[in-house]
Amino acid sequence: MKTATADPATAARPARTGLLTRMKRSYDRHWYAWAMVLPVVLVIGVLIAYPLGRGVYLSFTDANELNVAKQLGATEIPATYQFVGLDNYWRVLSGADGEFYPKLWWTVVWTVSCVVLHYTIGLALAMLLNRRLKGRSVYRVLLILPWAVPPFVATYVWRMMYNSESGIFNAVLGKLGFGPVDWLGDSLMQKVAVIGVNVWLGVPFMMVAILGGLQAISSEQYEAAEMDGASPWQRFRHVTLPGLRPVSATVIMLGTIWTFNMFPIIYLMLGEANALNSEILVTYAYRLAFGSVRDYAGAATYGIIILSMLLVFAVFYRRLLNRQEAAR
Amino acid sequence: MRRGIAATALVASLALAATACGGGSEDKASTGGPVTITWWDTSDATNEAPTYKKLIAKFEAANKDVKVKYQNVPFAEAEQKYKTAAQAGNAPEVLRADVGWTAGLAENQYLAPLDGTPAVKELDAFNKGLVEGAKVNGKLYGVPQVTDALALLYNKELFTKAGVQPPKTWAELTTAAKAIKTKTGVDGIYLNPDSYFALPFLYGEGGTMVDTDTKKITVNDAAGQKGVQTVVDMIKSGVAVKPDFTDGYNNMQAAFKDGKVAMVINGPWSTADDLTGKAFKNKDNLGVAPVPSGSAGKAGTPTGGHNLVVYNGADAARKEAAQKFVAFMTSAASQESAAIETGVLPTRDDAYTVKVVADPIRAAFKNVLADSTARPAVAGVSDMFTEWTKQYIETLKGNTTVEKGLDATAEKWKTNINSLKEYSVD
Repeated sequence: MKTATADPATAARPARTGLLTRMKRSYDRHWYAWAMVLPVVLVIGVLIAYPLGRGVYLSFTDANELNVAKQLGATEIPATYQFVGLDNYWRVLSGADGEFYPKLWWTVVWTVSCVVLHYTIGLALAMLLNRRLKGRSVYRVLLILPWAVPPFVATYVWRMMYNSESGIFNAVLGKLGFGPVDWLGDSLMQKVAVIGVNVWLGVPFMMVAILGGLQAISSEQYEAAEMDGASPWQRFRHVTLPGLRPVSATVIMLGTIWTFNMFPIIYLMLGEANALNSEILVTYAYRLAFGSVRDYAGAATYGIIILSMLLVFAVFYRRLLNRQEAAR
Repeated sequence: MRRGIAATALVASLALAATACGGGSEDKASTGGPVTITWWDTSDATNEAPTYKKLIAKFEAANKDVKVKYQNVPFAEAEQKYKTAAQAGNAPEVLRADVGWTAGLAENQYLAPLDGTPAVKELDAFNKGLVEGAKVNGKLYGVPQVTDALALLYNKELFTKAGVQPPKTWAELTTAAKAIKTKTGVDGIYLNPDSYFALPFLYGEGGTMVDTDTKKITVNDAAGQKGVQTVVDMIKSGVAVKPDFTDGYNNMQAAFKDGKVAMVINGPWSTADDLTGKAFKNKDNLGVAPVPSGSAGKAGTPTGGHNLVVYNGADAARKEAAQKFVAFMTSAASQESAAIETGVLPTRDDAYTVKVVADPIRAAFKNVLADSTARPAVAGVSDMFTEWTKQYIETLKGNTTVEKGLDATAEKWKTNINSLKEYSVD
């Protein structure tokens, strides 16, 4: 690891003293900080910046498995893909590929319903666990359990339970005298089923985060509210919720981004063939990249579009929150 | 936000992995020592792998100058894994590739042509159809190692109880299923809701997926529609069990093994699994018949199986060793011992020795193979099946008609499968 050393020759060009002098000064004063940051910058550059740049570039080409460069032992086959400008984006966004808008719509529905359920159930459970009750720590451990299970393991277990012929849900329904439900067959039931699994998996995180937020609200506020004769509902509405705002803002944003890109549940639960109307954008992008003829350009285009949407969402969401903060 | 970036980076890094220079230049074999080649075997790690390991030991004893590194790679991941490695220049010298992968891998120039090499010195002994299936643009890229085809597997005991014979046509099958239902209370047939398993119905009406000669997508022609309609009618009328659409295959096997259904359409790979079920404690209870024929009067079943392929990026010494190894693994003696020990079906006539056909199940499958049809040799066949299965499932659920489902399949093939872009659709 070489520590960066300044080259005095370049640092002393009279034309642009302003910036360079400032940099030099900052370097003189904080060289150790720069040195500390350097490895991280390098790692992020290699792991994130370069692939991201490469992805953006590929989305402007028609690269697929047949025309990319290949290195076959001693023989090298040069790349023959072409630059096609905004073609890929146009094909996707104009709806010409027929896959984007239906999948986007379902992705949004999936994200919103999951996050709403995550948050409300998580909040309810956190409120329950935030009071003194016997065996509180046992409940906490039990409720955190789904979080400890790897998503793909959970998905396979749920898949067995949902099985239309040998699954436990239909067995229970049969005992109660109802007919079997085709959980993973019917398009609507599929969606209900995957949302159910994702809620089961995602609630613990929300619960723990909100519990932390609840414990940060000082009890004096509650006492004061009680003195003023506020009902429990009013206390919840005017003390708890505002007190939770910083935590909520963060977990809702994280939850949205995670759910939007929640790959394993949908992919493993429904397989490839049975998910005609239940694929989300990420699983579709994956299939493009790993089909029997890999479509690198198409997958990169989807990836960049997904990233852009999430970026826009995050920026606007932060702004909205800041505006609310300012208004209060 | 980090997660969002990471996800995109993941997609982008796939592209990176595809284009970055793989550091795959392994140490070159020196002229003195033995050459080491790697074989990715995609067979079943518990039932089949030991047999192949024994064969490798035999090969190494006979060829002191070659060492074979055996790696068992799960079938489901092997195609993608091989592609990634092949692009980067460090793929194994030999791969056991599904017959459906061969065309795609060859079009990507990953495979070395084998015409006239030591690998195929006994090519005349092999089944003609299988050899044709391993060719792309007239060049041979793989040597058939094992083969399979779909057949009608049935529970003899239930057939005897109901007093029915193995059906010869789909119409007879319907009658037989009804008789079985009334006399024994057991369901007639379980059809796996997967497009590959729909092919016997398509072929039985004289239909095909695509016509490579006239460059035409034919899956949605009248014959194709008639074939799929047969399946729809069977499920509607209760002749076939309403299948589970996510775990169809596993549920089909479970029902058949427990004696809850009298017939299934499945391949030889499944017989070992069937025999572990309680309905087949007595091995002789498992009957194998050719798939019934459709109204065109001929039965058709898709040819499956595996070819051994050699990597194009291997150096000359390794290629030569790999070709020798392929020749050994596909020799009559090797195929015979594999067939006897694991139940797979040989790909050459001289490997069907007395010992091999002594087993009634294998003997029956040998007859089934007589009318098997090779899949179209175009890149992207597995994607074609995926697209088709999606629409097929929608059709079987009743969400769309047979005609609309097949038309949508043809459309998707034309737009999404690169090798079919030039094809015409009716």
